[in-house]
Amino acid sequence: MEIVAAAMAGTLESSDAQVTVEPADGLEIRLSSSVMSQYGRQIRQVVADTLARLEVTGAKVTVIDKGALDCTLKARVEAAALRGAGRQGDAVPWGGAVR
Amino acid sequence: MISEANKKRLRRSMMFLNCQKPGLIKDPYVYRPDSIMLDLEDAVAENQKDAARLSLYHALREINYRGVERVVRINGLDTPHWREDIRACVAGGCDAIRIAKTEGAEDVRQVEAAVARAEEEFGRPKGCTLLMAAIESARGVQELREICGASPRLFGVALSGGDYTKDLQTTITGTGVELAGARQLMVIAARAAGIQCFDTVYTNLEDTEGFRREVELDRAMGFDGKSLINPRQIAVVHEVYTPTEKEIIFAEKVVREIEDKRARGIGVFTVDGKMVDVAFYDGAKRTIALAKAAGVYTGEL
Repeated sequence: MEIVAAAMAGTLESSDAQVTVEPADGLEIRLSSSVMSQYGRQIRQVVADTLARLEVTGAKVTVIDKGALDCTLKARVEAAALRGAGRQGDAVPWGGAVR
Repeated sequence: MISEANKKRLRRSMMFLNCQKPGLIKDPYVYRPDSIMLDLEDAVAENQKDAARLSLYHALREINYRGVERVVRINGLDTPHWREDIRACVAGGCDAIRIAKTEGAEDVRQVEAAVARAEEEFGRPKGCTLLMAAIESARGVQELREICGASPRLFGVALSGGDYTKDLQTTITGTGVELAGARQLMVIAARAAGIQCFDTVYTNLEDTEGFRREVELDRAMGFDGKSLINPRQIAVVHEVYTPTEKEIIFAEKVVREIEDKRARGIGVFTVDGKMVDVAFYDGAKRTIALAKAAGVYTGEL
């Protein structure tokens, strides 16, 4: 999935995460988290896996995590990526690339 | 297969939660409502519908709601959102879908058809997704009889008082007079169709006495439960819907006596000075079931 424009999803409220995607060559993930020391690696893995399922290979992805569960992280990354690809109005591949 | 047991499960408290807010949907089971109502409709801003749907799907898949029923309120049939809402709900494996602004049997059947298609698309058991219909207009009230009988998936109807009173060109007065007709018609239509009915939310969180009075009225009218907007309201509803010790003892006697007298060919008799016949049986059984749900029943029935 090609990121064609900058897009954002999520908020800075507790238990949420704010994810921004921007078009780029190659994939770069920048992460800051209120629970970085305990969960930093796990969060990065969830973000990377979610982007991989969506076949996002060219993007600068910024994640500001406020203690989100994995299910919220996935949802925010997907929402930002789909918006950045201009595909937020399409039928979602539930259970496929989105799972 | 549509499960009759699921259709008839206990639903005293149905708590609304905004799918746009991860903090709200991550652990509402700690408050122990009978059902949660995950909202994709009015609580979610128009430009966040896509994100809320993704949050809903992953929450349904990954969060263990510990037996709390997961109902999703989808967007109205007059919006571009409802078809994708249904795909997300069914793929995520929700227990039921609440249809907003139901105005006729055709609305229920349209959702039913989309749900059946989604169950097939995502390999879910056929009939596993139940439906409920929200009545939000004068027209919806007039069509109650047809709506209540529109689908074998439909477990109940709920009144949405805010929109309904707007349609009547009045407001929520606090006296209940503006809702009286709709409430009565809903209970009658639901019972005639053998389904459940739920009263509207009580929005004044400060007026706890007013809230309790309204829940007492709901129970007296025959409503199965109430829609709620705050976890603080759950305990009050469960308390009001918990039979008193006196009611439980009487119900036990009624059940035992009816079973005993029936075997001996006696139709009508007295229990504690009150005339009792077989018409009391189902009510007494329901009292025992409510007592069990509330954890206050220690008897052997």
